[in-house]
Amino acid sequence: MLLTINGAAREVALSDDTSLLDALRGDLGLMATRFGCGAESCGACMVLVDGKPSYACTTPIDALRGKAVTTLEGLGDAARPHPLQQAFLDEQAGQCGYCLSGILISAKALLDRTSTPTRDDIVQALDKHLCRCGAHARIIRAVQRAAARMSTSSAT
Amino acid sequence: MTAIALPLGLLENPRLEQWIGFEKAGTIRIASGKVELGQGILTALVQIAADELDVTAQRIALVSGRTQATPREGFTAGSLSVEHSGGSIRLVAAEVRGLLLGIAARRLNCAETDLTVVDGAIHRWGVATGLDYWQLASGLDLTQNASGSRPLKPAHLRKYIGTSVPRVDLPAKVLGSARPFIHDLRPDGLLHARVIRQPWPGAELAGPEQVTAHADIQVVRLRNFVAVVAATEQAAVAAAEKVASQLQWTGGVPLRPEQATPGWIATQPSLNATVTRGVKGDHAPAAKRFKRTYTKPFIAHASIGPSCALAHFENGKLRVWTHSQGVFPLRDSLAKAMQLDVSAITVEHVQGAGCYGHNGADDVACDAAILAREIPSKTIRVMWSRADELAAAPFGTAMVVTLEATLSSSGMPIDWTTEVWGGPHAQRPGAAGGVNLLGAEALPNPPKRPPPIEIPEAAGGSGLRNASLLYDVPHQTLVNHIATALEPRTSSMRGLGAFANVFAIESFVDELAAEANVDPLAYRLAMTSDPRARAVMEQAARMADWTLQKAAGQGRGFAYSRYKNRAGYRAVFVDVDVDEDVRLRRVWCAVDAGLVINPDGVHNQVEGGIIQAASWALKESVVFDQGRVASNTWDTYPILRFSEVPEIHVTLMDRPRDPPLGVGEVAQGPMAAAIGNAVADALGMRIRDLPMTRERIIATIAG
Ligand code: FES
Ligand code: FES
Repeated sequence: MLLTINGAAREVALSDDTSLLDALRGDLGLMATRFGCGAESCGACMVLVDGKPSYACTTPIDALRGKAVTTLEGLGDAARPHPLQQAFLDEQAGQCGYCLSGILISAKALLDRTSTPTRDDIVQALDKHLCRCGAHARIIRAVQRAAARMSTSSAT
Repeated sequence: MTAIALPLGLLENPRLEQWIGFEKAGTIRIASGKVELGQGILTALVQIAADELDVTAQRIALVSGRTQATPREGFTAGSLSVEHSGGSIRLVAAEVRGLLLGIAARRLNCAETDLTVVDGAIHRWGVATGLDYWQLASGLDLTQNASGSRPLKPAHLRKYIGTSVPRVDLPAKVLGSARPFIHDLRPDGLLHARVIRQPWPGAELAGPEQVTAHADIQVVRLRNFVAVVAATEQAAVAAAEKVASQLQWTGGVPLRPEQATPGWIATQPSLNATVTRGVKGDHAPAAKRFKRTYTKPFIAHASIGPSCALAHFENGKLRVWTHSQGVFPLRDSLAKAMQLDVSAITVEHVQGAGCYGHNGADDVACDAAILAREIPSKTIRVMWSRADELAAAPFGTAMVVTLEATLSSSGMPIDWTTEVWGGPHAQRPGAAGGVNLLGAEALPNPPKRPPPIEIPEAAGGSGLRNASLLYDVPHQTLVNHIATALEPRTSSMRGLGAFANVFAIESFVDELAAEANVDPLAYRLAMTSDPRARAVMEQAARMADWTLQKAAGQGRGFAYSRYKNRAGYRAVFVDVDVDEDVRLRRVWCAVDAGLVINPDGVHNQVEGGIIQAASWALKESVVFDQGRVASNTWDTYPILRFSEVPEIHVTLMDRPRDPPLGVGEVAQGPMAAAIGNAVADALGMRIRDLPMTRERIIATIAG
C-alpha cells in the first residue's frame, strides 16, 4: 500500500488494519511519533492527516489512501528547524521530552489555522495532550513565542 | 597532611580514570554513574566539568550509567545527583587540571602559577605554549586515587556554572532527528515481547495446560510468568491479548476497594518506632491541645511512555538496556534473581520517558532478561502496555498523618506529636539485600523482596521524611508505622513521605494559626529562626502580594518546607477559585537551592514539580476493584491537563557561595498544603484527605 509521509510516497507491505503508529515506528522507521496509550487519551502519537491532528495509534493505514501524513520529522531539521521547534528549544520547553512530538504537531495545526492564537486557543489545542513532567507552562510560552515570530516574519 | 572529606562517590570509586579520560584528542571523557531522567543532569555535569577543566562544554564527552564504563554511584534519586556526582566530578576535574599543569610546568621549567588553560591548551604568561591536555595526558597516571586536594574554581571565574546552558538532550527530542529513547532502539534481528502480568499480587496460574496462539508466536511460560514473543510489536500485542483471555488465575492477594479509602493503611499490621526530640517543658495540664488527621491515597508514577527494556543473552553473558535509575543495583539484583554471576551481566542506561521514582523500569528489564535467557542469541524488546504501566509498577504508598499540638497561652505549639502510617518507600532492587523484580517473583523460587525499612534520618528518612518540624518547637515526638505485609507493592516516589508529611504539617500549622487568630505567614515566622527559611517565606510573600484582597469563591494559601530538612528551601503561595471544582489560578514560589549550576534547569524542575504536585493533590488516586488495580487507563487515572495548569512565577534566591542543594523534589509537599490552605480559605472548610476532588468538595460543603 502507498502512503504519503512528509511529502514522500512510501510503499508499505502491511495489512490494511495496521495502525499508522505501528507502520511509522515499524517498517517506516520514523520514531518521532510515540506510543503512550494506544487509546486516543494521551496525544503522544499525534500526526497531521491532511493538516488535521489525528491519533496515529488508532488510525488504520487503510484510511490514509490519498491523504498526506505529516510527522515531527516533516516539520524541520537541525539546519532548518520549524519556528515551533526553534521556539521550544529557545524556551527549553520540555523535561523528558516524550510528549513533545505530539504536542508540536497539534501546535503546528493551531498556528496553521491562526497566526495570533490567544493563551486560551493554545490551551484548547493542547488539552488532549498529557505531559507528566509538568512542562506545560513552558510549552505554552514556546507556542506563544513561535506565533509571535511567525506573524512578525510574515508581516515583513 | 589534612584529611579531606571526599564525597561518597569518590570513596567508592577512588581512581581518577573511573571519572575522566583523554583517550580521544580534543575531547575529555567524563563518566558519571547518574543518569538522565528528564531532569537535565547531564547538562549540569558537563557545565561542572567544563568549568573546572577550563575547556568549552563541547569538549566534554559524557558517559553515563553503564556498568562497564562508569563509576558505581547507586541510584539517580533523592535530588542528590548534582551534590554527589557533580561534587565528585568537580573535585576530579580540578585535580586533573592541576596535575596536568604540574607536568607542563616541569616540561617548561616554570612555575605552575605562570600557566593558564585556554580550552585545553596550556598558556604561559598568556601566550600559547603549543602544549595541551591531550599531549600531557600520556604522562599522567590516572590510575592514582583522587585526593580532592586541589582548590575549586572561585565563583567569579566560572563560565558555565550558574548559567542557563541549554539542555544537551533536548534538540533530538524537539527535532525528531535522532532516536533518543529506549523505545526507539531497533538492533538487527530484534524480537518483540509482551508479558501477561499476574492480575493481582501473587496470583497463581490455574490453567489451561496449553494456550493457543498464532503459529508465529512463541509463548514462554515459567510458573506464573507468561509472555509472548513475535517478530513485530503488533503481533506481540495481539497475541498477548489472545493468550491473556485464556488464562485462569487463583490464590494470591486480590486487592480490595477499601484499600483506596482514607485511613485504610493505618489499620494494617506495622513495624513501629518512636523518637523524641528536645526538652519536654512543664505545661499546665489544662493547656489547649489540638489534633487533626490528614491522608493521601496510593498514587501511580504514570509516566507518559510505558516502561521498556531490551536484553540479549549469549554464551552465558547477559546484556541489558534499561531506563532504570540504578544500573549497578539492577545488575546485582538480576544476578541474584537469575542466578548468574555479576560479572556475566552488563547493564546500560538509555533514556526513557520521565521518571519520578522507582517505577516499572527495573521490572521490565527483568522481564526482558528472563526472556532473553529463554531465547538465547536474540535481542528481546519488552514494552509494557499502558494498563500495566499504571497498574503493575510500584505505587507511592497511601499515608495517614496524625498531628497533635499542645499550645501555649499565645497559641504557639510547645509540644508536638507527629504519627505517620504508610507502606514502605524504600523498596528499590537491592535495598537491604532484597530483589523486588516483578517478573522474577513469578518464576519458580522467587527471590525475596526487601524488608520494609525506614531510611535512616541522616540519609533523609523515608516515611518520616520531613516529618520532623522545621519550626522552633521545644519538644516533639515522632511515631512511625511501616506496614509490613502490604500489597500492592509500594516504593520510592518523588519526595517519599515528604509529600504527605509536609501536606499535613503545613495544613495543620494553618489550622493552628487560624485557632490563634494570627496571619498564617506571621505565625510561621514567629517560630522560624533559620534566616534562609525566613528569606524564602518573605520573598514569596512579596511576589504574591500577600496582603491583597480577594473576591468571594477565591482563596489564597501559603506553605513552606525545606526538603529532607536539609536540601532546598521552598515557600509557595497559591490562588484558587473554588466552586465545586478547585481551579488553580496563580502560583508564586521562592526557592533557595544554594549554588545553582543551571538556573533555567532549576526553574524547569521547580515548575514541573509544582504542576505534578498539583496533579497529585487535586486528581490522583489509585483505585482497586475485583482484585485488580482498576485505575489502569488515563480515564480512570486522570492527571492535570493544560486547561488546569496555573500561571506560575518562580524566583531563585541568589546564593552562589553556598553549596548546591537538590531541588528535584522540593516542590511536592508545600504545593499540596498551599492548595489545601487556599481551598480552606475559599470555602471556610478544610479538606484533609487527598485528592481534593469535586466529590470531596461537594461532600465537605454538604457537611
Ligand atoms: S498513543 Fe495515541 S493517544 Fe496515546
Ligand atoms: S516532558 Fe516528560 S511528559 Fe512532557
